[in-house]
Formats: sequence, C-alpha cells, structure tokens
Amino acid sequence: MSTFWILAPIMVLAALGILFVRKAVHAALLLAVVMIGLALLYLSLDAPFLAAVQVAVYMGAILMLFLFVLMLVGVDASDSVVETIKGQRVMAIIGGLLLGVVLVVALAQISLGTVVGLDSANAIGNIPALADLLFSKYVFAFEVTSALLITAAMGAMVLAHREKLEPRTSQAELAALRMQEYAVSGKHPGPLPTPGVFARHNAVDTPALLPDGTASEASVSRVLAARGTVRSAPAMAGDVAGVERQLGPVAHAGRDSSAPATTEEEAPATTNRDEEAPA
Amino acid sequence: MTPYVVLSSILFTIGCVGVLTRRNAIVVFMCVELMLNASNLALVAFSKQHGDLDGQVMAFFVMVVAAAEVVVGLAIIMTIFRTRRSASVDDASLLKY
Repeated sequence: MSTFWILAPIMVLAALGILFVRKAVHAALLLAVVMIGLALLYLSLDAPFLAAVQVAVYMGAILMLFLFVLMLVGVDASDSVVETIKGQRVMAIIGGLLLGVVLVVALAQISLGTVVGLDSANAIGNIPALADLLFSKYVFAFEVTSALLITAAMGAMVLAHREKLEPRTSQAELAALRMQEYAVSGKHPGPLPTPGVFARHNAVDTPALLPDGTASEASVSRVLAARGTVRSAPAMAGDVAGVERQLGPVAHAGRDSSAPATTEEEAPATTNRDEEAPA
Repeated sequence: MTPYVVLSSILFTIGCVGVLTRRNAIVVFMCVELMLNASNLALVAFSKQHGDLDGQVMAFFVMVVAAAEVVVGLAIIMTIFRTRRSASVDDASLLKY
C-alpha cells in the first residue's frame, strides 16, 4: 500500500498538470508520468503482465505516436484562450468538480468488503492464467479485436495518404518560376544568406549582418523568429574587444611568430608537388 | 481497494475536465487516454478485489481499443491540420453553418 500512497499524489499532480501546461509536448511528458505510475500500480495489484503491456503499448507506441504527430503538427501549436461558447470553461470546471465529488462520495459510502486477492487465480502464473481466459471465454472478442486492429491500420493509412494530383514540378520549371517572380516583384532569386557573424557565433539563431551593420532577417529560419529565440547579431558584432580577450595573448604571439614559419614549410611542399606531378 | 478506485475516479474526472476545457485537439486526445487509463485502473483494482482475472482481460481489450482509437484519431488530426493549418478543435466548425 505504501507504493500507492507514494505514487498517487505524483500521478494526480501530473494529471492536473496536463490541464494547465500551455505546450502540448509538456502535456505528453506529464501523461508519460501518469502512465509509468499506472504501470507500477498494476505491479502492486498482482498484474505484472498488464504492467509490462502498459509500458510497451502506452509508453512505447501510443505516446511515441503522440510525440510524432506533435512534431509534424508543430510543437508551438499552443492553446487559444478564446472561449467559443461563453462561460464554457467555468461550466466545465464546475461540472468536473461535481462529477468528482459525486464519484468520491459514492465510493466513500459503499464498502467493497474483504479483498479476495489474486493468489488462487494466479496459481499457475499470471500470464498462463490470462491466456487461459483469453483463448477460452473471450476468444470471440479476441478475434473481433484483430478485425478492429486491421481496420484501424487501414483507416490510418487511408487518412494519412496523400494522392499526388499534379506531376512534380521539375527543377527547370522552378528556376523559371523564380526568375519570373524576380521580374514581377523583385524577390531575390538566389539562395537566402546564411546565418552567423563570427566563427564563435555561426549558429542558426544568429542572423547575418548586412554591409551597413543591420541584421538580415532573411538569414534566420522563420520558426526561430516565431519562437523569439533569435540572438541579436549587431550586439555581438560590436563586442570585438570581448572576442580578442577570448582569443588571448597566445593567439597574437602565435600569429606573429608562425607567419614566416608556415611560408617556409609550404615552399618545399609545393616544389615537391610540382616534381611529383609529371612523374 | 477503495483508495485505488478513488484515484481512478479522480484521474477520470481530471481527464473529463481536460476534454472539456483544452482546445488543442492533441491534448484533448491525451485527456481521453487519461480517462481510458483511469478506467483500466478501476478494472484491475476490482479484479484483485474479486479474485477474478476477468477484469485484467477487460483492461487488455480497453488498451487495444485505445490503441486503435489513437491511430485513427491522430490520422484524422493530421488530415485536418494538412488542409486547415490548425490543430484547434474550435477551427473545424464548418458543419455549423
């Protein structure tokens, strides 16, 4: 029972978190917490096989599916707070509280009697006992389940499949389209500028600098701009003293002393290459 | 076994409120999963209460149906997102007009 009293508050808090977090990814991770808790509770309830299935099916399959779809749909697709039906949120919370209170009060008023326990039912082992039931009493439901799974797989494939209605545009057509756009609207036909200012800040979240010192908005991804995680490039560009301090006096000394040495080393190397070339 | 069933009903209620209040279709789906899991917990708890494995077999069937439901539901969300560029349950409201 101590397992229960440790896990129950964690699970309830995680479940409440699903209601309040703004990002869907966080909700998925909190759901994972609840499901791990449930798997452990199944273990404490003499259902080891169900616990394993809970981890394999829910954590391994269903939550992964949720996360995949979240990645496809867009991680930052957060909830809107606009109420379509007036007062719906308050009504939903009141209704939910009522439901919870009714359920808990009803459960408090009944007594479930003594616990029989699964020791005799699990005498031949949990998995063989379950298999006995599944393939005798519930064999028809089991077969229907297989039909359901095949139908669901087919349905998902049909829904997720996209028919190609027009032929793929070739590279030449795309190039012609770009030039036409350039003629009409003046949109730059070439590739976008790459991000990055210094060697230490060539990350994708640092915009490139234009010749006049302003940041080029075209050089950072739109997604980063939407999330608001773009760094300020002009501020970094102004920090020349900081860069020199990072490089340190060693870099200065090394640059001065090694400059003639490298030319001397390179000279014989090039002559060697010239000798080898005809041979 | 009463604490287990009380926990199960609390989780069910939280899932219920989530379905009613959240607007992101994927989070609504997660709350449906929470409700299904809560019912599973009640089934397993009653299975132990009565010393009968039928409850655990029922929980298996609930899991199978939940998996099928998630697969089809997420495919529908994907299709809606592809055409409407939105995963909000409020935006798919054309049948109203």
